[in-house]
Amino acid sequence: MVNNPLGNKSSARGGFDHDLQVLEENLVGLGSMVEKAIVKAVDALKDRDLEASKLVIEEDNIIDNRRNALEETVVDMIAIQQPVASDLRTLITTLHISMELERIGDYAEGIAKISLMMNDEPPLKKLVDIPRMAEKSSAMLRKSLDALVKRSTDMAYEVLNSDDEVDALYDQVYRELLMLMIQEPKAIQRGTYLLWAAHDLERIADRATNIAEQVVYLVTGSTVEKGKIYKD
Amino acid sequence: MTTVEEKNSDITLAISNLDMYYGAFRALRDINLDVHRNAVTALIGPSGSGKSTLLRCINRMNDLVPGTRIEGEILFNGENIYAPGVDPAEIRLRIGMVFQKPNPFPKSIYDNVAFGLRINGFTGDLDEAVERSLKRAALWDEVKDRLKSSGLALSGGQQQRLCIARAVAVEPDIILMDEPASALDPISTLAIEDLMRELSHEYTIIVVTHNMQQAARSSDWTAFMTMGEDRSGYLVEVGSTHEIFTNPKEERTEGYITGRFG
Amino acid sequence: MRAESSNITSKLNPRLVLRKRIGALAYTVFVLSIAVGLAGLLVLLTQVLLQGLPWVSWHFLTDYPSRFPEIAGMRSAIFGSIWIMGLTFIFTVPVGVGAAIYLEEYAPKNWFTRIIEINISNLAGVPSIVYGLLGLALFVEILQMGRIIVAGALTMSLLVMPIVIIASREAIKAVPQTYREASYGLGATKFQTVKEIVVPHATPGIMTGTILAMSRAIGEAAPMVAISALVYITFSPSSPLDQFTVMPIQIFNWVADPRPGFRGLAAAGIIILLVILLTMNTVAIYVRNKTQKRSEE
Repeated sequence: MVNNPLGNKSSARGGFDHDLQVLEENLVGLGSMVEKAIVKAVDALKDRDLEASKLVIEEDNIIDNRRNALEETVVDMIAIQQPVASDLRTLITTLHISMELERIGDYAEGIAKISLMMNDEPPLKKLVDIPRMAEKSSAMLRKSLDALVKRSTDMAYEVLNSDDEVDALYDQVYRELLMLMIQEPKAIQRGTYLLWAAHDLERIADRATNIAEQVVYLVTGSTVEKGKIYKD
Repeated sequence: MTTVEEKNSDITLAISNLDMYYGAFRALRDINLDVHRNAVTALIGPSGSGKSTLLRCINRMNDLVPGTRIEGEILFNGENIYAPGVDPAEIRLRIGMVFQKPNPFPKSIYDNVAFGLRINGFTGDLDEAVERSLKRAALWDEVKDRLKSSGLALSGGQQQRLCIARAVAVEPDIILMDEPASALDPISTLAIEDLMRELSHEYTIIVVTHNMQQAARSSDWTAFMTMGEDRSGYLVEVGSTHEIFTNPKEERTEGYITGRFG
Repeated sequence: MRAESSNITSKLNPRLVLRKRIGALAYTVFVLSIAVGLAGLLVLLTQVLLQGLPWVSWHFLTDYPSRFPEIAGMRSAIFGSIWIMGLTFIFTVPVGVGAAIYLEEYAPKNWFTRIIEINISNLAGVPSIVYGLLGLALFVEILQMGRIIVAGALTMSLLVMPIVIIASREAIKAVPQTYREASYGLGATKFQTVKEIVVPHATPGIMTGTILAMSRAIGEAAPMVAISALVYITFSPSSPLDQFTVMPIQIFNWVADPRPGFRGLAAAGIIILLVILLTMNTVAIYVRNKTQKRSEE
């Protein structure tokens, strides 16, 4: 699975190659666990499912532990294997990406906590845009990890370009909730909670773009310039 | 840390279209390499890639082996060292060499360092020159009280530093090092690497090494050579050490430095 | 896997005791071999000492030969030998070492050089009398030198030169190539490298060759017989242009003499020859070891 530019012909570093492969599998595994956490948290918010929210909060510990384990492995490999060139970039980006994933997990946990806090009161409104943000953000996350596995800068750029959509949705949610809160002061607490949740989702999308930038660095060896139009 | 570009900007040695033959067998194919002044350039590559052969072309040591010839040229400060009428001994005075296995003469430490000066008719203060060279080679403190004792009585790492002192005594422009630390223990190896960096302030260093980490640690420029299908050595890629070790351009370079090949 | 290794073990038959016994037997054979050689040498020496010691005295060294064994001495032979040895040394060493240097450092590796090398090896094995006849024809007659010391020394030089050349070549070959490379690497010329590095390092080996050559020279009778023709010399040579005799010839003369007492004289002569030879060698080896040590200090 590791896209070694020389293919997987038997080499003098078969052990190292195997370790790199396992590392990537673990990273991607952590990514899908985080992705599921986002979906679960937002579903629980929408469906007012207390149990599901509590589960998300508990499972965040597992995410944190898995991230720490990944980091330890990477530090070990750097010390022992003296990696250079693409091996080095692989390990460094693994470190960065695992951090981003852990943060995304924290945001998902945040959304679950908001669910718990909102459960005491009646629902504010039917949630439409927030689930849509969640869909888009988790799709971005999924694609960024796909880009990693396929070593595809095209897919990474697609992720970078779709950040605008999530930002636009966030603006919409923000205006709508603001409106609601101005009209109905009793809704301010619930409205604020929902704003936070939307903000968390927007941050998740940002983090996904960070992951995409790491993928570009991994493949090309150069960092993406901020503010550029992202294209090949 | 000064960037490589700031450190030096002129080329002291320009190898162009160099082919080298042992009789009918081509050992080096079309080598083009510019060497920067006062920097450390590392030649890396698998066995048989011609790195040592190339090194020995630079100071015309290959002339000592019968049946060798070269095509192409090597310009040293603008002049072709293989031009007819050029005396190799003159070249070797300005381009010195340190060998893989330390080879001090079976003479005293003093006589070892003074040898190059004596045979080239040195008229200055020999004691002072010997002291200066030994200091430059980071050996003075260890041997200053026993300059008359045999060079062979030193440890491996000290012997190699003695050879370095011997080479710098005649103040060459370029010092060629053929795997200078490969016969030494790890601590001595690091000492030699430090020394290379120090020396590069005053001299141009070209070092052949098998040890990738050594090349990465101690050089400013790295050139990667490999053996072609016709068993001749050729240059695959050359660039700043930073580039080569974080993001090499050629697949073969990547394969070699990550240890997948060679 | 386990089964296989126990398979091997069961097929082994070490018989260690028998093998050790065979080893001890071989050792005994080797010891006996050297014992035989030593025994022979001891018998020889003992006989010589028994026969000759009574005749060794100060006047034996200072008197000239005579018909009367009681007053006969080796004086002329001793001095003759010293003259011959000295001149041989002067002729042989520079030429022999020079030839070795040429062959090892300068000569191109082609068929011509190869022929020279083969010839030198062959010359080392030519019987010494042949050299004697060569010297007789060339130096004594064609060049009209007469039967003088110079002719004898030149002849002896031809005889022992191959030894010097071969030993010197080996010594020069043994100088590690990396020393030469280091020297060239500092901008030395070929001659400087040879003079400063190669020859000094090869000197112990060259000296060994010289010692071997001189040891041979002191004892060779046949070529000296051919040159000096067994004349009855009762004077010590005072210049290289004099006639001469050498110790082996004198010893030979006495051995051949059937009159009583001369056998004893011959034995005494052998003792003196051996003593001089041993002294010469000891001094030379001492000097060589000193040189070796100094270069390794």
